[in-house]
Amino acid sequence: MTTEAPTQLPPIKRRNAELVMTLAAVAITLFAMIEAGLTRNGEMPASLFVYGVLFGGLATLAHVFIRFFAPWSDPLLLPLATLLNGLGIAMLWRLFEATGDTSEGSAQDQLILTAASMAVFAALVYFLKEPRTLQRYPYIMALAAVVLLLLPLIPGIGMTVNGARQWVNLGVTTLQPSEFAKIALVVFLAGYMVTKRDVLALASRQVKIGPLKVLDLPRARDLAPMAAMWGFCIIVLVIVMNDLGTALMLFGTFLAMIYVATHRSNWLVIGLTAFFGACALIYPFVSHFRVRMVTWLDAFRPDVYCTDEAMANPDSFCQTAGNSQQLVQGLFAMAEGGMTGAGLGGGKPGFVPEVQNDFIFVAFGEELGLAGCMVMLMAMALLVERGMRIALASKELFIKMFASGISFLIAFQTFVVIGGVTRVIPMTGATIPFVAKGGSALLSSWVMLALLMRMSNNARKPAPQAIQDEGATQVISR
Amino acid sequence: MNKPIRRLAIFSLALFGVLMLNVSWIQTFQAESLQEHPYNRRQFVESLTQHRGSILVGSEEVAYSEPVGGDSEQFQRKYKNGQMYAPVVGAFRAGSATGIERAENSFLDGSNQLLAVNNFRDMLTGEEPEGADVYLTLNSGAQQAAMDGLESLGNNGAAVALDPETGAVLASYSSPSYDPSSVASVTETEQAAKKWTELEQSEQNPLLNRGLNEVYPPGSTYKVVTAAAALENGATPESTMAAPESLDLGAPLPNAWPGPCNDGNPDTLAHSIEISCNTSMANWAMELGPEKMHEQAEAFGFNQGPMEIPLDVTESSSPLETDPNILGRSGIGQANIESTPLQMAMVASGVANGGDVMKPYLVDSVQNSNLEEVKAAQPEVFSEAISSGTAEDLTQMMIAVTEGDEASGPAGAIPGMQVAGKTGTAETATGPTHNWFISFAPVDDPQVAVAVVVENGGESGGTLAAPIAKEMMEAVINE
Repeated sequence: MTTEAPTQLPPIKRRNAELVMTLAAVAITLFAMIEAGLTRNGEMPASLFVYGVLFGGLATLAHVFIRFFAPWSDPLLLPLATLLNGLGIAMLWRLFEATGDTSEGSAQDQLILTAASMAVFAALVYFLKEPRTLQRYPYIMALAAVVLLLLPLIPGIGMTVNGARQWVNLGVTTLQPSEFAKIALVVFLAGYMVTKRDVLALASRQVKIGPLKVLDLPRARDLAPMAAMWGFCIIVLVIVMNDLGTALMLFGTFLAMIYVATHRSNWLVIGLTAFFGACALIYPFVSHFRVRMVTWLDAFRPDVYCTDEAMANPDSFCQTAGNSQQLVQGLFAMAEGGMTGAGLGGGKPGFVPEVQNDFIFVAFGEELGLAGCMVMLMAMALLVERGMRIALASKELFIKMFASGISFLIAFQTFVVIGGVTRVIPMTGATIPFVAKGGSALLSSWVMLALLMRMSNNARKPAPQAIQDEGATQVISR
Repeated sequence: MNKPIRRLAIFSLALFGVLMLNVSWIQTFQAESLQEHPYNRRQFVESLTQHRGSILVGSEEVAYSEPVGGDSEQFQRKYKNGQMYAPVVGAFRAGSATGIERAENSFLDGSNQLLAVNNFRDMLTGEEPEGADVYLTLNSGAQQAAMDGLESLGNNGAAVALDPETGAVLASYSSPSYDPSSVASVTETEQAAKKWTELEQSEQNPLLNRGLNEVYPPGSTYKVVTAAAALENGATPESTMAAPESLDLGAPLPNAWPGPCNDGNPDTLAHSIEISCNTSMANWAMELGPEKMHEQAEAFGFNQGPMEIPLDVTESSSPLETDPNILGRSGIGQANIESTPLQMAMVASGVANGGDVMKPYLVDSVQNSNLEEVKAAQPEVFSEAISSGTAEDLTQMMIAVTEGDEASGPAGAIPGMQVAGKTGTAETATGPTHNWFISFAPVDDPQVAVAVVVENGGESGGTLAAPIAKEMMEAVINE
């Protein structure tokens, strides 16, 4: 009936390959630290052994854990996550420990957060034996997502960092709840759309230009989720919280998932129209949105970059708004790296303001060059594509939606961040999964990995053998 | 549901493809232009920890780098006779540079392609890479004379000296100057930055090299250009022109003294130059007409756009004047004529060099750290401004300016040789007159051509500027 390529992966465990690759990723991390230490200070990092034991130990433990509790899962996921996480630690070590200034952050903190994230990862893999059980609570998930997203607005615990109100201060630590809200939202969308996919795919009205059919419009009541999503992103995230990155990611993921659920390109047309329409609509009214656009398009204009002369001019752009210095300095850093980079520790990433956050990618660009950037992007792309493969291999619709949604979220988030710092799209402020500094980002990355890991285990696990060889026995796979 | 998932997978891959293409574009094709972008200060900061090459005048290092010492890997830039050479050499500061330090940065920091072989050799032999040394064309004596002369007057001003045969810049001083050591400290950066801001904001503008980047009305020194145009178009030194006490050019244009130039008779071109007659020279300009005047000015280098020598040189302008009243005034270097001192030195050196103006240059040669010459200046003809016959006639007329019976610039004369010169006293819109002198010597074998301007001196070019020019010429000739 179908000529599609097979979606079922062969039931091979390949756990030893996973171990070797994971240890290789740890080795790359340690070599990166050694290079940075030798270049910066002319000596091996004093704490190299500690990092080796802890990070290597954590990765090995994660592997052993998978070997026992998710033995059929995709063997590439853990090594890729370890590599990205390790490179992030090495770069933070180079930025902070190696320069002797740990006031803005440190690799040590990142290592501790990695340990905590991996613990959550293990717990999730262990306890969430059947991710499909999440399908039962779509509305609770939706509520959780909205509450999480709105948490920073509560006076007293909400915090504004760099103009965006997306942080929550819990006293002992700060959290960025949107990092978790987006996962909850993917769960909700997967559950909701699986049940409503038929109505969402229904066309009630046709838009015609002359005899040409242009577009099928869904029923107005089925447009509601779209409209709600759109309105929420625009009003709360963009206008109230100035969190353009999260808004863009949520809306993008939403569009991708509704497309997967219905296989109707109408939804994409409607969604993109709504998106660009909203952009045009709020452009004159929302100043921080305008600032992002101007600093993107005219980054090199003197009064956008804010040269000394432009600063002295009371009428110039920089007197009223932000500037493009971070973006432009990031591009300079990338250019300095060239093909092979300055070597870890050999560049001057400190020229880029706040390089440890969203702009950590340009630090890699400068010190590891185009070669290093390509490796990181390839690792990201591989991770995403393996995730999509899990979606294909799964049999249940909910899991298909869920896995592809999570995978696309990782891909799109990477695109929004790296595209932003390399001037493909306007800068919006978001974190590169696994690499960027910060507990919330790291934890949510490992949660996503745990979900993918569990789903891939279930998808690849061979069906249990019948106890009796009678053929008539019905086998129930759980 | 698999088909849309596959499409989504391909779309995700396309997103990564876009990122990869963009990163490749930035890091390969765009890299060079980004590295050299004016906002990009990395190139200068990097060189704080590099052994930067020296800048030399003759065999004397006037700018050189020394290790800071202690734990620091940085080098401190040091300046000898800093104030004297600052208008040319500039200053190398944390994050930026001016003057030759900026213009020749790629040689000084060793990044120039011409140094690649040497750098590679150093890398193989394990030597610390060093920048190349830049040898300037300056003559320390002439530079000293220029500084002493201008500083003792206390006025702002500039002096430029050229070798007429090659175009080499022998002196370029601008008053007031500053000491680059005071802004170059890498250990007390805050103080250095504060001092720099002070210099930037000073109304005297000590960071400006007035010799190359300020334009003045050239006044009577421009009469050399007018006379050149006349001679090129058929006149002789004995040709005469009406030279009354005053001309009516919209407003009256008098002579510098109350009276006519030749007892009311028409005056010869030669005599008009000797005594610096305004009325006859204005008449010459109007007689020749706008095109010929304009053409002659451009032949000497006016209106030819900015130059790089390798310091940036501002364009001097001599617009086409169709209004005869304005044309008359421009014939004596007023109205809309604006000239850098370097441009007027080029006029003098063109006359000295048989009519050929040589392209000015400041860098004699560049030597790498193994003392091999990687670049040497090649003198180039900038323009053939006038014929050699015209040059000869002008020279004789200009000799009279320093030693004639009614010489207007006797202070420019040097005992024992002939000096050709021309004074200038330019009216300004705001303050006292600017005082000019352009000259070259010795006449039989010109070794140096100079232009000196004293801002708002309020006296005559012969009294204020000529003595400075004389000292500068002597310094070159007696070397």
